[in-house]
Amino acid sequence: MPSWFILMLSKRIIPCLDVAHGRVVKGVQFVDIIDAGDPVEAAIKYDQQGADELCFLDIRASHESRDTLYHMVTEVAEHVFMPLTVGGGVKALSDIENLLHAGADKVSINTAAIFTPELVKEAAERFGSSTIVVAVDAKSVGDHWECFTHGGRKPTGINAVEWAKRMSDYGAGEILLTSMDADGTKNGYDIPLTRAVSDAISANVVASGGVGTLEHMAEGLKAGGADAVLAASIFHFGTFTIAETKAYLAKQGIPVRN
Amino acid sequence: MIGLINYGMGNLHSVAKALEKAGGEVELVTEAESLKNYDRIVLPGVGAFRDCIAALKESGLDVAIKDEIATGKPFLGICLGMQVLMDYSLEFGRHKGLGLIPGAVTHFPEDHAARGYKIPHMGWNDVIFSSEKPQHPVLAPLAGQQVYYVHSYCCMPENPDHLLAACSYGDYPFAAAVGRDNIVAVQFHPEKSQSAGLAMMEAFLQWNP
Repeated sequence: MPSWFILMLSKRIIPCLDVAHGRVVKGVQFVDIIDAGDPVEAAIKYDQQGADELCFLDIRASHESRDTLYHMVTEVAEHVFMPLTVGGGVKALSDIENLLHAGADKVSINTAAIFTPELVKEAAERFGSSTIVVAVDAKSVGDHWECFTHGGRKPTGINAVEWAKRMSDYGAGEILLTSMDADGTKNGYDIPLTRAVSDAISANVVASGGVGTLEHMAEGLKAGGADAVLAASIFHFGTFTIAETKAYLAKQGIPVRN
Repeated sequence: MIGLINYGMGNLHSVAKALEKAGGEVELVTEAESLKNYDRIVLPGVGAFRDCIAALKESGLDVAIKDEIATGKPFLGICLGMQVLMDYSLEFGRHKGLGLIPGAVTHFPEDHAARGYKIPHMGWNDVIFSSEKPQHPVLAPLAGQQVYYVHSYCCMPENPDHLLAACSYGDYPFAAAVGRDNIVAVQFHPEKSQSAGLAMMEAFLQWNP
């Protein structure tokens, strides 16, 4: 193997789709949620634009809507051949198993990890680290960040950086890190938070919350040290396409896939 | 007809759909005795090496796979389905593999994450071919393309002839693809690599070693 053999793993650009009852919805900070259409069509659109991965979050996760979600994941997985992360209301190993069987590649665990941290360890052992994502919703409190649940309304008293480290140590392959302060502001990712988590853990970090411009994406990947950036509204509302995003990032010297 | 081996682990759905999209007809195979009924065999895999080998042994599929490979049928291993072809893996202790490709499965270096290379190696990376030998026909569509990898352990064959393509994560090289005769096996996920992956699947369906 030649010594010059050093390749660059591409940074990933991930559109995030909120879904409810098997339909894509969009809204601003959970207000004015409107039906934005068919998840398969949305997935195909992002696939054609060159998205590296897709993330579906069930924002109305309820027991009754689970079968609808599984069906939706299966439909999407039949039409696009790219990695799919699915989250929302995951509470037990059986939920993870059902989502993986439906066609998800990764399953995101949020609130359940806070209440039952061992679930993450068991899930990573059973399904592999590569399939387990822990969503961390963090908010600045004094001189540190704290984990919040229920869309940023309920504090947990848990230090977010330490929590991300624990989840990584438990075998989560990826942390989906959302700044509840930045989310919805379009003022950019919380860079100090993203950097603090990225430096503290061995798992991959996906930066989320607050992106409004392409510069924000570059900041999240460079200054924030994230391995991937997730965005919802700038892609949904057509502010930028994935291709435009990648062209910009490439110009900034960030490795992206063409 | 393609026999897609189902040993109760991993997501077969995506691999089956990708093979169908590439023009193949696919059936899931759980019984060792029925493996002989297929003219191409695909071994997918997600999860831990130890569990995979245990599941293959329990069903007798370990022996059936070796028997069918010996008949010369085209065989494709994907991710863990590549790793189990090797002699042994160090994942959760030392575990013996099928021994079809001499070499080991090892973890990325311990200090990799601390040096900024997060584990698992997750995302889109290259497939590099040696300039000194012809590209394998199944892998040729991947030249200049990136494919989707997700793994914490990786293979390095002992015999350089068995290394069909390489990749590196940081400065650590590993096998992107290994093979010999009628075996081709890849570390990445062609079923998750969009058009590049589907093109590879098509090439596998047309391959007559």
